[in-house]
Amino acid sequence: MLSMGIFSLPLAQEAAEAAAHAEAAGHFEPFLPGLIVLLPLLGFLVNGVLALVHGRRSADAVRRGEELDLDTGGRPSTHTLPTWVGPGVLLGSFLLVVANFLRMRGVELHEAVVVNYWTWMDTGAFRVEAALQLDQLSMIMMLVVTGVGFLIHVFSVGYMKDDPGYPRYFAYLNLFVFFMLVLVTGASFPVMFVGWEGVGLCSYLLIGFWFGDREKSDAGKKAFIVNRIGDFGFLIALFLIFVQMGTLDFVEVMGRAPDELVYGGALVTAVTLFLLLGAAGKSAQIPLYVWLPDAMAGPTPVSALIHAATMVTAGVYMVARSSVLFALSPVGSVTVAGIGVATALFAATIALAQYDIKKVLAYSTVSQLGYMFLGVGVGAYAAGVFHLMTHAFFKALLFLGSGAVIHSMHHALHHTHSHDDPQDMRNMGGLKKFMPLTAFTMWVATLAIAGIWPFAGFFSKDEIIWYAGAAATGPFASFYTVFWVLALAAAMLTAFYMTRMMVMTFHGSNRTGDEEAKHLHEAPLTMTVPLSVLAFLSVFGGWINVPEAIRNSFLGGFGALPMSEWLHDWLDPVTHTATAIREEALVAGGFLDGEHHYHGYLEHAPFGGGELTWALASTLAALVVVLVAVSVVRRWQIEPAAKAGEPQSGLKKVLYNKWYVDELYDLIIVRPVLRTSRFLWRIVDSVIIDGLVNLSGGLAKFAGFVVSLFQTGSVNTYAFILTVGVLLILWTVGF
Amino acid sequence: MLTQALVLSALLFALGTFGVLVRRNAIIMFLCIELQLNAVNLALVVFSRVAGIDGQVFVFFVMTVAAAEAAVGLAIIISIFRHYETVNVNSFNLLKW
Amino acid sequence: MSLLLESMSYGSWVLHALIWLPLVGMGVVLALPEERAKTVAFWWSLVVFVLSLGLWWSFDPESGALQMASSVTWIEAWGVHYALGLDGISLFMVLLTTFTTPLAILGSFNYIQKKERAFYALMLLLEMGVVGVFLATDLFLFYVFFELTLVPMYFIVGIWGGERRIYAAVKFFLYTALGSLLMLVAILYIYARAKAQLGFPSFAYMDLLRVPLTLQEQLWLFSAFALAFSIKVPLFPLHTWLPDAHVEAPTPGSVVLAAVLLKMGTYGFLRFLLPLFPGAAQHPTVVTVMLVLGVAGIIYAAWVAAVQPDAKKLVAYTSVAHMGFVVIGIFALTVNGVQGGLVVMISHGISTGALFLLLGMLYERRHTRLIEDFGGLARVAPWLATAFVITALASIGLPGTSGFVGEFLALLGTFESRPLMAIVASTGVIFAAYYMLPMVQKVFFNQLEKDENREVKDLDRRELTILTPMLALMIILGVFPTPVLERMEPSVRAVLERVEAASPDRGLAAEAPVVRDAEPVEITLPAVQAAAPDSRLASASDTEDTDHGNAQGGLPAADQD
Repeated sequence: MLSMGIFSLPLAQEAAEAAAHAEAAGHFEPFLPGLIVLLPLLGFLVNGVLALVHGRRSADAVRRGEELDLDTGGRPSTHTLPTWVGPGVLLGSFLLVVANFLRMRGVELHEAVVVNYWTWMDTGAFRVEAALQLDQLSMIMMLVVTGVGFLIHVFSVGYMKDDPGYPRYFAYLNLFVFFMLVLVTGASFPVMFVGWEGVGLCSYLLIGFWFGDREKSDAGKKAFIVNRIGDFGFLIALFLIFVQMGTLDFVEVMGRAPDELVYGGALVTAVTLFLLLGAAGKSAQIPLYVWLPDAMAGPTPVSALIHAATMVTAGVYMVARSSVLFALSPVGSVTVAGIGVATALFAATIALAQYDIKKVLAYSTVSQLGYMFLGVGVGAYAAGVFHLMTHAFFKALLFLGSGAVIHSMHHALHHTHSHDDPQDMRNMGGLKKFMPLTAFTMWVATLAIAGIWPFAGFFSKDEIIWYAGAAATGPFASFYTVFWVLALAAAMLTAFYMTRMMVMTFHGSNRTGDEEAKHLHEAPLTMTVPLSVLAFLSVFGGWINVPEAIRNSFLGGFGALPMSEWLHDWLDPVTHTATAIREEALVAGGFLDGEHHYHGYLEHAPFGGGELTWALASTLAALVVVLVAVSVVRRWQIEPAAKAGEPQSGLKKVLYNKWYVDELYDLIIVRPVLRTSRFLWRIVDSVIIDGLVNLSGGLAKFAGFVVSLFQTGSVNTYAFILTVGVLLILWTVGF
Repeated sequence: MLTQALVLSALLFALGTFGVLVRRNAIIMFLCIELQLNAVNLALVVFSRVAGIDGQVFVFFVMTVAAAEAAVGLAIIISIFRHYETVNVNSFNLLKW
Repeated sequence: MSLLLESMSYGSWVLHALIWLPLVGMGVVLALPEERAKTVAFWWSLVVFVLSLGLWWSFDPESGALQMASSVTWIEAWGVHYALGLDGISLFMVLLTTFTTPLAILGSFNYIQKKERAFYALMLLLEMGVVGVFLATDLFLFYVFFELTLVPMYFIVGIWGGERRIYAAVKFFLYTALGSLLMLVAILYIYARAKAQLGFPSFAYMDLLRVPLTLQEQLWLFSAFALAFSIKVPLFPLHTWLPDAHVEAPTPGSVVLAAVLLKMGTYGFLRFLLPLFPGAAQHPTVVTVMLVLGVAGIIYAAWVAAVQPDAKKLVAYTSVAHMGFVVIGIFALTVNGVQGGLVVMISHGISTGALFLLLGMLYERRHTRLIEDFGGLARVAPWLATAFVITALASIGLPGTSGFVGEFLALLGTFESRPLMAIVASTGVIFAAYYMLPMVQKVFFNQLEKDENREVKDLDRRELTILTPMLALMIILGVFPTPVLERMEPSVRAVLERVEAASPDRGLAAEAPVVRDAEPVEITLPAVQAAAPDSRLASASDTEDTDHGNAQGGLPAADQD
């Protein structure tokens, strides 16, 4: 090598080396990566213009005191075009992502490919490029975002087509996808932050989509403000990283962090804790989860896309993206895992007692996000991302299914002018008869989320729980053991509340009322097709990452499942540094002998039994819970919501009221802040500060008043004073 | 001689000042001011006996100004009288704040 | 483009034109019949803006020196010069002024109903004064312009304002005048020291920079200057004139007040305070005090804003919060911080200006500013709502808008020097959402309950013309701020290096002037060009109008003393 270098020109040598390197590693040439991100933005612009034009028209109608009539007046092109533009751009993006994915699969890519577009900020001391980063992790995220996103866009066409704000809806939805893609492909923390806040904005706009309703726009506002608390943490973490490392590019930060940051040091711990605050805000973890259940005020497909499949998983993605930093901080990691498992269990208990179908799903989402946090917290980054992906499938399916149910209920109630709540499960029951396909697909998703073999959720959730147990070695071992137990408990709860929801909705006797029942019907094709596709993915999506131990057993059909630990291997280039750091630390701490690999220490599960045993036990337990739940819930006497009212006593009341956390926050944060604000304004600003200002003015005025007393206007007085004055002067001067 | 004349001037001046201060009738006050001026004139003439001709020149100035002042002052007093129908200065306090 | 400008020797006359053209315009407007005043004023200010655009190209982004500088002796006996110059800091302030003025004038077409001629004349006078402030490189001249801006603003608030306009106008005038009088005393003090030290009288910035001052002197002078500028900014707790002035001022008055008048304060910090008193500026106590006040302003103003019933007052308080970011950015004394502060200045000028214009549009429609009187407007005025939401988001610093770039850099810069301050200041991003979103919700969202609101018209063509460039700039600056940042950088560095040079371990800059002068000059000082006047020469040759070339930053050589 050296001798060659002497003879060849430096430049040529470099080029040759690069070529050789590329050949060895395979060369990944991204295919129009910018367009993937740009297409949804274009969609937003087109739909946005349509929405503005459309908005003018409906404003005229509103001014006349009515609504824009879509049924008799014919649908204007501003209303029909978004049907094609909205999902169309998503399809385009998805196809581009698939093309890139196939290219990336064809080569062995060890380092992220960063595509620079322009210099975003450059102050001379700080520089950020507007750049996209394509690697295995962002590829998976892009597949999920555009793939599931496309299905949900298609579903939206059926769900929202009668809404007067249809074009605005698609504009927001496209904008959301744009920001989400920026989030997952951004090559540096600041660019990621653009997407991070951007999706928060879209979430705000979409939750408050029906802004005429005070509660709904309140929910949007709450989401934004709570998210901003998280963003504050994110910002501080960015500052810490920059001050320490002088850069915020992912490649550089993650590449240099192991050398430049002290393992377990205060700095890296602070960074991870602040990052966690950011992640907790976006991914609705304790203590910032309160916005997500309220976010159900948005249209149901929005809940599916933003508040289940994509945006809320951004926190998990962020932790996985910064896995190196978290691996460097055992305290940070255990906090992530602890917050995750606590959220998982806490939210699951609340879900037990909710009657609103979307609220059940919302708390279920919070709970499942807790699992993902547990996963990335225990160092199972691939497992966390895996669960993120399968969750995107089955939770999107559940939300869309509930959307189909609500859509149908809404129509039925609308026909009879009933004012019953179309989302309350106590008003449903026996819907299977009317909506068989929806019921079937939702059962698939329920089994998946409950962790029943061989559905997707089984593989992903089981892997997380297993890793949690396996992490119970080394520092914080006892913590991890507790986490493991709690995670198992939460899994049982999950199986129960999901079954409860399904039975209450689809089985038993019909409680809608006879007149309404006539109008119940299966959802249209635009809605059922996405449901079916997602159901397919909820079954088979988990097979891409089957652990070795399970695959080779009867649970894996003795090796018949097509791929083994594919996702794990796929993400290895992204996660191996973090894994290596954790392993090294364990070896250095004497918890693990140096011979073993990462998988080696998995055998050290502290409670005996191998991976297979526990997997079998958990799926059987889940199955038992589901069966018990079916028989128990079916026997309940459920009264329609209007008659039943709210639960009045006991644990049920506490759970129904969500442990009174909202009330608590209101009491200890919201009200004091408001009260202090009023105090600052009315007392400090108006009285004290401005009082001093006015006082100084007043003093000047008063002095003027005193002096003015001498001006009597009477000539005699002046003359007298003049004389006295002259005499005084004469006296002082002359005598 | 010098002393007596100056004492006379001082007495006249004091008399004028006293009149300005105690009388309320604008015309009397005006006449008292004239008296003060003439007291000063007298002093100037007296001083010019020892200090040169300047004092006498100055007296002419004073007399001219006094004449002008008398014209303007009386005109003002008359117009005030037309307005208030009195020349009592206590009732003129328009300049009071 | 730059070649074309070169051929017109643009650089040699443009600065003068930018100052005097508005004054000529004022005369023209006054001479015209009442009903033509507004159109002429608008076109006139637009011409001024177009003229100023050339600065973008003819400005040399590589140099941190004062460019296109010129100096003419004005009052020889006192060493007063009519001296102008432009650097990366003033460039954007001038552009912001010339950009905002036509929009503000266009925005007052319906609002101003009486004495139109006088109003538009005063607007042009105001523009002249503000541009003068940003261009003056002679302290006396600066002071004249600084005070000159008070007069038109006083009348604009006092004549065309709301119910308590007299109170607000008097408060505004007296408060700011009080501060600047103290500054005048300080200016005279430096002048006297300069006369003693340099041997000739001079108010010229470049001369005063060479006056050595002890730390004690610097601290006193710093305080006097800082008080004047802090009132203008306004810095907490000197801010109470601002909400009153904003609430009472007519829309265009508020726009110009928020967009450019406040910037005169922070500009003063950068142009005069830091370079003239570097020892005081980096004194730890001084820095702490300024940072604490800035941070207090950010949080305090945000909290107070959140409970305002009057939308205009709310936005006025947000100005205090935003200017808090500028102050902490500047006194972070880091490149990132100062540049961030400058971007916040620009961004705040655009977004808050737009917010005031939008509130003015609402006021014209509903004749109220109380938040509770609105509700559900997005349904009848979707375009207005869209523009408002975008502006509000830019104002609270959403990434992708100009507000984010500024606040992010300012906070980053502050974090580099004082992490704790930055952390506390960063909570401002939370509170920004806390004050802005409820207002947006109560005005544009919720139920459309009141029948008066049903009649609200959407934006018309004139209003769109006003808002479109502002909205576009908010986004462009948020996505592509680099051209702005790179033009500022050399000047910012020059200021900071001068402050740095005064650090205690190197001895006060002022105490070792000869040593510093021997160093490569561009680093040490925000310097003039090679040909730029040593003012003593200028006074000798009386009317030396230097070329706008900016070959190299040069300092008047030390041997001239």
